[in-house]
Formats: sequence, C-alpha cells, structure tokens
Amino acid sequence: MRLTETLRIALDAIRTHRLRSLLTVLGIWIGIASVVLTVGLGQGASASVKSEISALGSNLLIISPGSTTSTSGVRGGFGSATTLTFDDATALQDKDVAPDISAVAPVASSSEVLTAGTTTWTSTVVGSTPQWANVRSRTVSSGRFFTEDEYNSGARVAVLGEETVSELFSGGSAVGQTISVNGTDLTVIGVLASTGSTSGTSDEDDTVVVPYTTGQQRLGIGSTGSVSTIYLQAKDSDALSAAYQEANAALLTRHDVTSDDADFSITSQQSLLTAATSTSKTLTILLGGIAAISLLVGGIGVMNIMLVSVSERVREIGLRKALGATPRVIRSQFLLEAIALSVVGGLLGIGVGWLGAVVLPKLINQPVTLSAWASAGALFVAIGVGIVAGVYPAGRAARLAPIDALRSE
Amino acid sequence: MIPATLDLPAGRAIVELDGVTKTYDTGAMKVHALRGVTLRIDQGEYVAIIGPSGSGKSTLMHILGCLDVASSGRYLLDGAAVEDLDETDLAQVRNERVGFVFQQFHLLPSLSAWRNVELPLCYAGVGRAERKQRALQALDRVGLGDRVNHRPNEMSGGQQQRVAIARALVTDPAMILADEPTGNLDSHSSTDVMALLSELHQSGRTIVLITHEADVARAAERVIQVRDGVIVDDHDGRDDALLAVAKNSKAGASV
Repeated sequence: MRLTETLRIALDAIRTHRLRSLLTVLGIWIGIASVVLTVGLGQGASASVKSEISALGSNLLIISPGSTTSTSGVRGGFGSATTLTFDDATALQDKDVAPDISAVAPVASSSEVLTAGTTTWTSTVVGSTPQWANVRSRTVSSGRFFTEDEYNSGARVAVLGEETVSELFSGGSAVGQTISVNGTDLTVIGVLASTGSTSGTSDEDDTVVVPYTTGQQRLGIGSTGSVSTIYLQAKDSDALSAAYQEANAALLTRHDVTSDDADFSITSQQSLLTAATSTSKTLTILLGGIAAISLLVGGIGVMNIMLVSVSERVREIGLRKALGATPRVIRSQFLLEAIALSVVGGLLGIGVGWLGAVVLPKLINQPVTLSAWASAGALFVAIGVGIVAGVYPAGRAARLAPIDALRSE
Repeated sequence: MIPATLDLPAGRAIVELDGVTKTYDTGAMKVHALRGVTLRIDQGEYVAIIGPSGSGKSTLMHILGCLDVASSGRYLLDGAAVEDLDETDLAQVRNERVGFVFQQFHLLPSLSAWRNVELPLCYAGVGRAERKQRALQALDRVGLGDRVNHRPNEMSGGQQQRVAIARALVTDPAMILADEPTGNLDSHSSTDVMALLSELHQSGRTIVLITHEADVARAAERVIQVRDGVIVDDHDGRDDALLAVAKNSKAGASV
C-alpha cells in the first residue's frame, strides 16, 4: 500500500477523534511553544546585550577603579575606590608609553539637577575630553561637540543626550538654549545622536557632556582630580591586546603596585560580551531545559493516547488485518498518526511562539529573537517526539493477532 | 477416522486440506481444536460448515481464511500452499483470495459505505479511481447502489451486512468465507442476506458458510459437520435427511 494512503487513514483517525486529538496535541503544543519562546528570549537578550556593548565604542578598553584593601583590612567593592586620576589618563596619552592607544577619554561624572526655564530634570553630567565622542563612537545629531579650545578654556558649554533634550525642551530644538547646572549657566552647543540601544533602560541617551575642565572648575565634578572611568581606544582591533598590556603596565608603575594588588581593572568589550552572553546562555539552557521537560511530558501524553487508541481500536486493527493489511502497514498507520499529532502540535507551538515574540516584548520589555532555523529545529524535535512516542504503540498494534483482534468485543 | 478420499465433483480445487491439526498451548494444558481434517472444496461450491460451539468450526474457519495457521498438515488455497507463510504473506493471501463476511459486520463506523468497500483494494495497492469504481460496482451488485455515501450507523443491520458482502466481493476472491452472517440479524434481514449469498453462488462464486444453525446451513448444497475437531459428516445439503442428523447432533451435544 502506498504511504499516502496510509497517511490518509491516519489523518482520518485523527479527524474522527477531534477532541481526543486536540488534548493529545496540547502537550506538544505547549512544549514546542515554550521551547521556541525560551530560545527566542535567550537569543533576544544576548542580541540586545551585544548591541549595547558594541554601542559603547569600537576597539574600546575600559579602565575602572578596582577594589582596594585598606590597611584596616576593609575591602571596598568594585568601582568604589577613587584610585584613578586625570593624570593617569594624561600619562596614557604619551605615545612613548602607550604607542598602541590612539585616544584617551577620562570621565568624571555626577548626578545633577538641570534647569531649563521652569523645567527641571536630574541627569548624569559627564566631564571629559574632546576625544570622548570619538572614543565612545558617539556623533551629534544637531550642533557640534565641544572643541579643544573650549576644553582648554573651560567654556560654559554642554552637549546633551537625546533623552535629556526631550525631557528639558519637550522635544523642541535645544541647540543655543541655556541650561543651568548647580546654578551655573551652560549653553547647549549640540545634541548627541541616540545610541539606538534596544534596551530601554540605558541612560546613554540621558546625559550631559561638558569639558572636563568646565566640570572641575565650575560644577565641582571631579574637583579632586579623580575620574570614575578612563576609556581607551586602541589603534585598531589587532592592537587591543598590546594596548591593554601598555595601559596595565603604565598604571601599575604609576600606582606603584603589583598586578596582585592592582587598584584598577581593565576590561575590553570582548570580555564584557563574554560575561554577558555566558549569563544569558546559562539562563537559556536552564529555561530551555524546563521547556524540554514539558515537551517530554507532551511526548509521553502522545504515547499514552496512542496506547489507549490501539487497545480501543483492536477490532479495527483486526479487521484491517483480515482484509489484507500487513503488520508493516498497521505499524505505519499508527506511527504516522503519532507523527501527525506531533507535527500539528509542533506547528501550533511555533505559531504561539511567533505570536509570543510579538506580544511578549510589549509586556515584559524583553526582546525576543526568533529564527526560521530555530523554528524548523523545533518542528524536527516535534517529529522526533512523535516517532519516539509512536514506535511502541504502533509495534503493539502490528503484533496483534487478527483472530484475537476480531474476537474482542 | 477420516475418509482418505472424498467423492467430490470434478473441478478446480479451491480448498485442499490434508490432515490439518490445530493445538493451542494454554500453558496448563494443550487444547486440540482440530484433530486432523482433510477436506476439499471445489470452485463454485456452496458449502456450510456446521457444528456446536467448541466443535472446532471456528478454528477451521480461521485456518480456511488464513487468519491462523495449522499446527500440522497441508493447506492449499486456490493451488498455493499457505501453511508455511509468514504474517505478511498471509495478509496478502487473505487480501487476494478470501472475502470475509463476519457476524459483527465489522464495518468501520467513520467511513461511508463505499469507503468501507474499497478498503481491501487500498491494501492491494489499487489506484484511487479504479478503487472507487469497483467499490461502487460491488455495492450495486448487492443492491445498495443508492446508499454508497451512507455511514454504517445510517443503515439497517441487513444493509450493513450487504455492505460487508460487497466488501468481500470487491477483490474478486477465490472464496467467500461467511462466519455466522445472519447471527446478528432479524429473520427478515437474514432471509435477505441468505438470498444474496445464494444469488452469488448461482453466479459461480465459491462460498463457505460457517454456522451453528441447521436452518441456515440448509441453504448450502453441501453440509460438512464438525464435532470434537474432526469432520463427522459430509452431506448434500438439499437432502432432507440432513436436517434430522443436524437436529440429532444438536440434541446429543446438549446432553
């Protein structure tokens, strides 16, 4: 008998027992939907972290004040120390000391209340050098960034993030306006283009960038000469490792410490990326494991129903055998039935997964990335579940002796 | 105890059984359902196999229909030895050479009449269009040409049994094996179904009827009586004497 005929018989059986088939399919449905969604959530999370990290800049190294252990034995948390100074940054600009570092942007920041007319808004005010925009791969969408002259003279200028502009000026033009920080008036000379980060919580777009000198002299930001972060840009991606070594050696010497008790730490985008993706990978594996268990339960459900179906249809099997169905044909019929149920469940599950990919980001503010490959994989898994769940019941049906089967009432 | 040769009309042999035995091993004891049956049924014969329950007639029917295999002995069905075949080959033999009619009708409730009738053709690998055409022809043959799209539950018992007969006819088998075909029918439908079987016999079909009712057996032209796993009588069914024998045997069995 042709396979298409067997398939038609299997589909007829599914259609005849609609409710039972639906309930059977439900397990696979939920299982595949949760697998598709967890994988999608995992991929979405790692994609958004990736875009956030690459938005920091290119060929970037980040020096943060490290943890320190004071003489009393109290160990400060990571980033709590104020061990980095503006002079450290200046030293790293020396081409003899660090030939592979192309640009240095020390940053001192503080949260300040901004006033524009009658509107007030609290934002992070960042003091840095004119190289900041270049190092951080930021561009201005209107106006301009501050110049070397403005930096040297500590000019009363500020460059605003897009989010800050919309809060202070309700989306109107900001360039040329005046904002007040700590009672000091600053002229807005430019607006930074949005980082386009997919994460809505990033404050990269809610910021005020001023010349370091202006911050130090007029706003009291970084007045002690300490900086919270130094951003370094390597000449190119091949020079990243060399730049790391140079910065590390220079700072160890300047701080007169050994690498064992270094009071700073240097991270690269790559290491950030690795840390972030390994976290999301662990989470994805964990959630995916739970989803896989629900899929397994769904598969057991299919097997259970197929066994019930075989014993319920003993007479039908007996009749088919009497009429000339070979054991092989009977086996194919029940196997195809199990596979068809799983494929239907799988397709419905993928449908729910795609629906979830549209709905979920709006509800929990988490991106979900679905790929056609992952969906096709899910479908193959569903088919596999169907085969595994169908083999034993189908084998039982195939082994039934026709006379026993016909005799049963 | 079995006559070595039977004086039978000449013709092509459809069934040739030679010393067939069947023993069921139930573990605790061995049940000898058939103790050595030798039997020849020719093309075009209408044979009734009669016997009380436990006589071995059901076992004989299973072996005749290739639903089961003999423990020993030879069986040629339409000239082909079937005693050594495996399940797959037996399925093919049943499909091609035997048309079954059961007491329970055994129609699939979810399928319409013509879909039920085409089932054996599906397993024979016949193409779609030809299957439908042959199924409709067979239904027409049993007088159900206007009921082809009805489901079994939309038909009377007699009509359902006629669908089953159409299904037995559709493959043009060597033999129609009817197991208590009137067992589940009222007397009117019984007459109806028996008339149809006689009609098929008239047109040259070989029919083997298994029953425990002497009335039903009387329709056949030859009656074979089975008791305790052996053939105890083989008579012309139209012979009035048979009825007495059958009644005696029934009375004897019930004591």
